[in-house]
Amino acid sequence: MPQATAAVVADGLSRRFGPVEAVREVSFAVAPGEIFGLVGPDGAGKTTILRMLAGVLSPDVGEIALDGIDVRAEPERAKLHLSYMPQRFGLYEDMTVAENIFFYATLFAVPGKERRARSAQLLAAAGLGEFGRRLAGQLSGGMKQKLGLVCALIHTPRVLLLDEPTTGVDPVSRRDFWAILYGLRESGVTILLSTAYMDEAERCSRLALLHEGRIRALDTPARLKQAMLGALLAVSGPDPRGLRDALVDAPGVLGLLLMGDRVHVRVDDAARRTPELRARLASTGHAPEDIVPIEPGIEDVFVALLGPGAPA
Amino acid sequence: MTDAAPAVLAEGLTKKFGTFTAVDHLDLAIAVGEVVGFIGPNGAGKSTTIRMLCALLRPSAGRAVVAGFDVVHAAEQVRAHIGYMSQKFSLYGDLTVAENLRFFAGIYHVPHALYDERRRFAISMAGLEGRENALVRTLAGGWKQRLALGCAILHRPPVLFLDEPTSGVEPQARRQFWELIHRLAAERVTILVSTHYMEEAEYCNRIALIDRGRLVALGSPSELRRHELGGTLVALACAPLGAALAALRDAPGVAEAAIFGDRVHVLLSTGGLAAADLPGFLAARGVHADVAQPIAASLEDVFVRLVAGRARAEPAP
Repeated sequence: MPQATAAVVADGLSRRFGPVEAVREVSFAVAPGEIFGLVGPDGAGKTTILRMLAGVLSPDVGEIALDGIDVRAEPERAKLHLSYMPQRFGLYEDMTVAENIFFYATLFAVPGKERRARSAQLLAAAGLGEFGRRLAGQLSGGMKQKLGLVCALIHTPRVLLLDEPTTGVDPVSRRDFWAILYGLRESGVTILLSTAYMDEAERCSRLALLHEGRIRALDTPARLKQAMLGALLAVSGPDPRGLRDALVDAPGVLGLLLMGDRVHVRVDDAARRTPELRARLASTGHAPEDIVPIEPGIEDVFVALLGPGAPA
Repeated sequence: MTDAAPAVLAEGLTKKFGTFTAVDHLDLAIAVGEVVGFIGPNGAGKSTTIRMLCALLRPSAGRAVVAGFDVVHAAEQVRAHIGYMSQKFSLYGDLTVAENLRFFAGIYHVPHALYDERRRFAISMAGLEGRENALVRTLAGGWKQRLALGCAILHRPPVLFLDEPTSGVEPQARRQFWELIHRLAAERVTILVSTHYMEEAEYCNRIALIDRGRLVALGSPSELRRHELGGTLVALACAPLGAALAALRDAPGVAEAAIFGDRVHVLLSTGGLAAADLPGFLAARGVHADVAQPIAASLEDVFVRLVAGRARAEPAP
């Protein structure tokens, strides 16, 4: 991807907090209209990267460009083009939905005549059209996140930075939230978001998998999965624990994971190992109901990438 | 799981707050050594149910028996026989590992004579040997969470409640944690997990989906995927995605459509469009689409199918 056309460029970002190297030599370029995911557990550096991109924290080393603007040299100009929604977005719980939006519209100097139309359009898109007069404190978790998004979008930013926007939000509201994000993407907004949830990461155009401040892999979800060594099989039966124990040192098995009603087995070669595993299980009295190949998740990719000896 | 008496039993369990029914005649039996996941939207009644099962909240009607004790008539006994762990709130960051263990042992009345052995067990389970004097806030997430589990089981409770125990934890540490949970279950500890994350629900033997105070579905993850989806799930790559989504949401026989990356997942019920019709249907609406491929449903698909469509405009209680 040529950097000249990128909406967001991070080049060699590093940031320490005392002895902690929160972010180490992180580089990536996000194309206009991409939904780019920063994925990793708590403490991987996701929030620090987003804060540096938003211009609220300076990197120790590295360059950031937003829509071609050097964020370190011209932070105020860059801020006109972006919106940053931190994990705890500042909604005023004792103000109504409409009052919160008005407040942010004023803060971002949205012209008065545009406010009403923009606000109505965003509220409708968020499914909050009927809730203008409700106190923000009385909204459910999912609705609060949507209101936060509406406030963050009131000045029509071209780059949207979202820090764990769906934490604590149930799957239905999460799906609604994503429908809004895809709608924004269609209108040309570039979105960077962080998530600790590997299943949510599947929805992004591209992902950076972060571990201890470094990018360990960066690609589309589909290509990350293809790059995973081996294949994944789901082995199901009435006694998953027994199945797992019987497979512990089977040839070709690279990893075992006990799930609620099955075992996920990572093998070097699915076609070759499936009949072998079936025979081995039958001979130990744990005949499986089914052995089927399954698509790995991003979490499987993560674990395979970091290896079994990775520190907790 | 052959024991006749369930470890947790709820019969007609109901809780009203004024005119609002938070939990509505819930029936549930959980066998000894089972790992059961509680899932449901915000405000569905999950926390209220768990608070009643922990004898922290008195039911308005119905009854519940936990570890053999009635939550109303033997509330103290119930509380002495359960453990509770929430990843977020349970440890004191400015106390050491050893101090946290001593504190929780005091709270749970662990007999003095047993404390040493229990403490050693908790520390070895959490993999914290040699770190006893470290401040808890200096520990990485995975260790913290295994220590929280260790604290929650110092008094050897037969029933354990976990609230989003592995949210935000490193994948490898999450897998180690669930390995511990399954080991406890093998030792006949019964475990209830309340979570918003389908990744966690996949580790449960059975899942109870609660919506608006009622039990909507109950079964193993595979059973829910097989029986509760009510249609066929397919995926197809299309462009532009927004137009595809808008067209599909109004299409006959499409129960649900959602974008995942550059593909749309479509749930087809019977009597409308078939998978083979989708590219033509979309082409007629200016959307280019590839052939639709059948895909395995996720628990999230099942959740959305069962819960969406029910009006959910109320605020969280």
